[in-house]
Amino acid sequence: MNNVFVICETEEGKVADISLELMTKGRSLANDLKCKLEAVVLGHNLKGLENELYPYGADEVYIGDDKRLDPYTTLPHTAVIVELFKETKPQIALLGASTFGRDLGPRISSALQSGLTADCTALEIGDHFVKKENKEYKDLLYQIRPAFGGNIVATIINPDHRPQMATVREGVMKMEVFDKSYEGKLNTLDIDKYLKPEDMVVKVIERHMEKSKVNIKNSSIIVAGGYGMGSKENFDILYELADSIGAEVGASRAAVDAGYADHERQIGQTGVTVRPKLYIACGISGQIQHTAGMEESAMVIAVNNDPGAPINKIADYVITGEVMEVIPKMVKYYKQNTK
Amino acid sequence: MGLNIIVLAKQVPDTRNVGKDAMKADGTVNRAALAAIFNPEDLNALEQALRLKNRYKGTSITILTMGPGRAADIIREGLYRGADKGYLLTDRAFAGSDTLATSYAISHAIRKIEDVDLIIAGRQAIDGDTAQVGPQVAEKLGLPQLTYAEEVISAEKKKLVVKRRLERGVETVECPLPAVITVNSSAPACRPRNAKLVMKYKHAKTITERQNESEDYIDLTADRPYLNIEEWSVNDIDVDSKWLGLSGSPTKVKKIENIVFQAKETKHITSSNEEINDLMKELIANHTIG
Repeated sequence: MNNVFVICETEEGKVADISLELMTKGRSLANDLKCKLEAVVLGHNLKGLENELYPYGADEVYIGDDKRLDPYTTLPHTAVIVELFKETKPQIALLGASTFGRDLGPRISSALQSGLTADCTALEIGDHFVKKENKEYKDLLYQIRPAFGGNIVATIINPDHRPQMATVREGVMKMEVFDKSYEGKLNTLDIDKYLKPEDMVVKVIERHMEKSKVNIKNSSIIVAGGYGMGSKENFDILYELADSIGAEVGASRAAVDAGYADHERQIGQTGVTVRPKLYIACGISGQIQHTAGMEESAMVIAVNNDPGAPINKIADYVITGEVMEVIPKMVKYYKQNTK
Repeated sequence: MGLNIIVLAKQVPDTRNVGKDAMKADGTVNRAALAAIFNPEDLNALEQALRLKNRYKGTSITILTMGPGRAADIIREGLYRGADKGYLLTDRAFAGSDTLATSYAISHAIRKIEDVDLIIAGRQAIDGDTAQVGPQVAEKLGLPQLTYAEEVISAEKKKLVVKRRLERGVETVECPLPAVITVNSSAPACRPRNAKLVMKYKHAKTITERQNESEDYIDLTADRPYLNIEEWSVNDIDVDSKWLGLSGSPTKVKKIENIVFQAKETKHITSSNEEINDLMKELIANHTIG
């Protein structure tokens, strides 16, 4: 009762990175609150998965292993988790802001009448005082997220409803083993108890999953382009620079929206969060939406024709000039100096 | 067999161009200060509906939106592109609603519309990016939801087949109608306005708008009922006001901040050959690259 809960997802038979990142965060929240950390995994052929969760500090792991839960469809997963939450009454529930979590989270929150905050970039415990009612709330979950196109940062709370639900994008939280020999308890869910025939109306006829071709999250150097690149064709020089220096190409949301780059390259609050050792921002103005996803880069080089671009404030090097002129020079002089 | 489709659309502030004065003290958005547009993914949703209308004779498309009076603009925009009818859900009691309170109101408005086969919405709105209202409406109506849709493949014999675009792949799913679909921006863009429809619907108005117009327009609507955009307040849908607006919203905004970047020690470089050459040498020397 009153614990922190992580709704886990699986990828290729393992607990997904995003879920382990949330376990890491969940463990630290549970420590602050002096409560337990619980996790639920639903799917099929999940034997032994609990052992992947214990090292992240899971006190209780609930596993629902049933062929009706794989592949994922919304209704049976909702049915199980809503009932499980009615039984276990968590105070906080976290999900990945993945296609899984963004499909399942709102459905659960609607069924439980609890609030849900999407795409949080930070989660903290804090108090809240309502002057009008002279009422103090202790130990609420502060759900912090850029809002309104990334122009502001908002702290959201759910004072009166439980669980306090939040989704977080992959890569935002760090993934860290809590204790290699941590021991939790396994609870096997009797799925028949939770599912009704009407939960099974959606059928997956066909499914093609592919491994992501782009791996910007784990790349140590990123060359990212923004709307200032001007066109999809102009992005080619970023690929050229990336190829020569061993980098991956990322993009701002504005560039993705404009069709300059694929969605999977998007960096920022609604994309991926990255922490490379070098981030080269080309034609990116630097709205919070974007910088939220890259500000922990060890070194930032900003290439921009606007000397007043916000990105310059977090850059170690600012090159003021036209990207289409500067980038080819970077390629040229890199090659010259490494020959 | 024709379908009765509701397209959920939202008028949103164009968040790509926001000034600092756009937020009110209570943390809600001062929409009046911003250009208002048809939420981009709701246009993708409308296009899917229009394609079904082209395919299945007798299909009718109703745009349902919740917002202030001027949100009637996006209903007209929908009519210009081929929708048949519009409902504007507007009331001060809705102000300050979070996604859950919004879904509550919208789901009750949908219940008032008879024989709905399909509800199509954009995946998310650009002012909040939450992607929550679609699934929350589906849950409140007890309907299946198919999110991240890229294409409605078919909707025949009470069976819906949809292609979904997920992070790492695509999936084709089927479910019985009625159902709720949310559409991705990767779906085809919406067709432009149709000149004939613009002529037909340019005087389509809500009752509030007509009251501010000359009497001619009122007569016009009596002759041509399709020019009436239905306007619904809290009293027109069967709701309990405690579930609406701020009181019906579990999530509250505690604090809003403008982030001030911490000033770093920044080196400024021009685009001259010498300076870029020096920079690349330095990056190679300190093993940042290479």
